[in-house]
Amino acid sequence: MTETFAYLDEDSKRSVRRTILKALAVPGYQVPFIAPEMPIAYGWGVGGMVVTASLIGEDDRLKVTDHGSDETVNAVNIRAFFTRTAFVATTTLTREATLIQVRQRVPEAMLAEGQVVVYQVPRPDPLRAFVSSAGEAARMHAAADYGRVYTRLFEERTGSGSIAQPGYDYPAMVVGRYLMSPSPIPKRDNARLDNSPAIQIFGAARERRLYALPPYTRVESIAFEDVPFDPGYPSDGRRCVICGCTTSHLDHLLLKDDGTSEWVCSDTECCAERMEEAASA
Amino acid sequence: MPELTVAQISEQMRGAVDRVMTEGALYDRDLAALALKQAQGDVAEATFLLRAHRATLRRMGHSAPIDFSAIRHDRHISATVKELPGGQILGATYDYTHRLLDFSLMEEAASSPLPEEAVSTSCAPPSSRCCDRLAGEGREPEEAPVDITRVPLRPPYGASETLGHLVRGEEGFLTGIAYTRLRTAGASHPYVEELSAGEVEVFVELEDIGLTVSVGDIEVTACRMVAPVLDGRQSHLSAGFGVAFGANERKAVAMATVDQALKSGLDPDLVLGHGDGVEASGYVSHLKLPHYSDFQADLETIRRLAGDD
Repeated sequence: MTETFAYLDEDSKRSVRRTILKALAVPGYQVPFIAPEMPIAYGWGVGGMVVTASLIGEDDRLKVTDHGSDETVNAVNIRAFFTRTAFVATTTLTREATLIQVRQRVPEAMLAEGQVVVYQVPRPDPLRAFVSSAGEAARMHAAADYGRVYTRLFEERTGSGSIAQPGYDYPAMVVGRYLMSPSPIPKRDNARLDNSPAIQIFGAARERRLYALPPYTRVESIAFEDVPFDPGYPSDGRRCVICGCTTSHLDHLLLKDDGTSEWVCSDTECCAERMEEAASA
Repeated sequence: MPELTVAQISEQMRGAVDRVMTEGALYDRDLAALALKQAQGDVAEATFLLRAHRATLRRMGHSAPIDFSAIRHDRHISATVKELPGGQILGATYDYTHRLLDFSLMEEAASSPLPEEAVSTSCAPPSSRCCDRLAGEGREPEEAPVDITRVPLRPPYGASETLGHLVRGEEGFLTGIAYTRLRTAGASHPYVEELSAGEVEVFVELEDIGLTVSVGDIEVTACRMVAPVLDGRQSHLSAGFGVAFGANERKAVAMATVDQALKSGLDPDLVLGHGDGVEASGYVSHLKLPHYSDFQADLETIRRLAGDD
């Protein structure tokens, strides 16, 4: 298809890498960047692909998941794209991967130093849920003026306002300075962003923004001192129909005719590992 | 250069033909292909040609409501659950394609036999909707559908009237409106609960003789979206519906997003009053007509106000 390694030309990749360095230097700050066009539609992970294409080298080993799964069509497609354009080795095992591109989940397996996790981000600015003007949102970030966010959170708590934040894409404060969208991961995954040994990079191509977390960065879900953050663990006793796990994040598999639901682990790697352990035990 | 035939357009420019049939509000592949040929591929112009032709046809009546759960699926997906009743059928889509120019198409292809169909499309059982108990339709059922070509648009807008205007609405306009809703949505984000494409049978009730007869099969794409409405104990899922002739998922998803947004505060005057591509392109084009006297009058007003006479 193309003669360029990992599709993008070297100048574009270098410019993206410079943006990544700046983003790592100012954790949580949304750096504007020129996201070059990729041959995949916006909304399908172009922001992550641009970052992956800019970082990937011949020695890398790539893991791609969509919603925790290595097997969904989108994950398979993105992996195939880099296999075709960069000829890199791929894996479904987190411990073997050097680069991990994800959508809507943080890998549940332990991350290690030297690894890079690349997140696909649809709405990079958490303030856009609170103010409609992009200019006003930029001013609020510059002045660390997040009072409105806490006010809405307080109103939600007291029942006098509408729901400020859903159960996913729950804003987090980075090193006490910048409010950050963790991308649409379930809010329980926010804890996995905190103090991670891996480098974490967030790419939003359509919105032309990129931000990052260097290793061991403090990331806190917004809350009050006396009302701690609620990670939103389910309490209906749901369990995975494959491995029986009750603690991992589960996806809705099927609503049966009798009104009951079946659930399945969203992280296919950890689900498979649990099955193997059970088989060898 | 040999002349392009209507049959070639109908067979090989399917996306354009389907779009012209939908916005032109006439299910006729040959006439849509003819319109595209005459309009040199200009979709807005071809839609206009088909609409104008449609206006000359005698109105026979309306069909019975189409049962979209009876679609013989070529494609059937859900973004809300991993499995859905009737089964997930990935089918043909541009979604996962790599948008790379295929230079092999520069060469004229030798004629080759058509590949045998890989999937049987007639055996999938009718599907049922997943979240009916959560997502109320939110609209009162109407006696008979409103024919929007006979009933002028005026508020309040009924359900079939709204859907009629949306389905004929210009695809780019609806996609843009849907996109603005997604980018400014804040806490609420709609989900594709069920997207279906395939053939479905159309029935007409013949009241005089008390029979319901099939008038044939049409190809459609239908989409049902649900969006969370968060409002204390009144919190619920709100549904939107989109449909298009042929294979057109962009239109069906955009329309369903807009239909749902209309139930959540989107201004119906803005959408229903400005979504028609034939009306919009006509009015925008009219700016090229002579406007000597009104321009002169405006000029005089400017001079008077600016105090320079």
